[in-house]
Amino acid sequence: MTDTILPYLTLGAILFCIGLYSALTKKNAVIVLLSIELMLNAVNLNLVAFSKFGVVPSLQGQIFSLFNITVAASEVAVGIAILIALYRNRGTSNVDDMNELRK
Amino acid sequence: MLGNIADFFSSGTNVMFFLFALFAIGGAIFMISFTKVVSMVVAVAVTFLSLAGLYVLLNAEFLATVQVLIYAGAVSILMIFGIMMTRHQGEEPETKRPWFTSLLWVGILGVFGILFYAFQNVTFPQTQRRPPEDSTMEIGKLLFNEHVIPFELMSILLTVAFIGAIVLAKREGE
Repeated sequence: MTDTILPYLTLGAILFCIGLYSALTKKNAVIVLLSIELMLNAVNLNLVAFSKFGVVPSLQGQIFSLFNITVAASEVAVGIAILIALYRNRGTSNVDDMNELRK
Repeated sequence: MLGNIADFFSSGTNVMFFLFALFAIGGAIFMISFTKVVSMVVAVAVTFLSLAGLYVLLNAEFLATVQVLIYAGAVSILMIFGIMMTRHQGEEPETKRPWFTSLLWVGILGVFGILFYAFQNVTFPQTQRRPPEDSTMEIGKLLFNEHVIPFELMSILLTVAFIGAIVLAKREGE
């Protein structure tokens, strides 16, 4: 069974859907960032699986996923910094309170 | 049915895949269902670790190391720091939006259904597989020959992002 790509793709889809659900329902902004990381991880799993089981197996998928991890890490750093600055100014980390532009 | 299951568990790779997939999905599910924010981060760290195990199964040892170092190490710790800096008694409030939640379930099940349908219907042509003997060395060669410009751009991106993060999170007026 694990000689095919199908279980890996299914696992990636499940993780992506769970990440999507919690990114849209959770209130705490840190958890929303964490869910986005989970979705990115699901995508990385797909890339690595295709680099082994794809039509043309090569290492390009792993390299792409390395770049992906780098971008995700910088995204988390900037996101946490924005959250800390927002908490200092507004005193909240709830995404429902971040509606300054709507008023 | 039972024979299929026995067949499935006769191979060590399958057993390892099953265990890692179970831990990955379990961590994600626990992330949804926990109420304390710190417990959620720990549950997602379990998911990250088991994904690293899956990378080992996929002959991507270097990527597994990177996953453990960056995700299970750096990102989880950064998230815990973020929680501690923003809210000390981190407690997730219950959502009270039944319409939103049910519509969201419909949408997400739809996305999963479409993806699963596509996976079942696509057939990938079997090609000659040659697993590289030392994938870490091959990745290094590729990074510094073919992909050297994206690699350097990544270092610029990391520098810009971290300087930006420091500037954003710095206290003003001091």
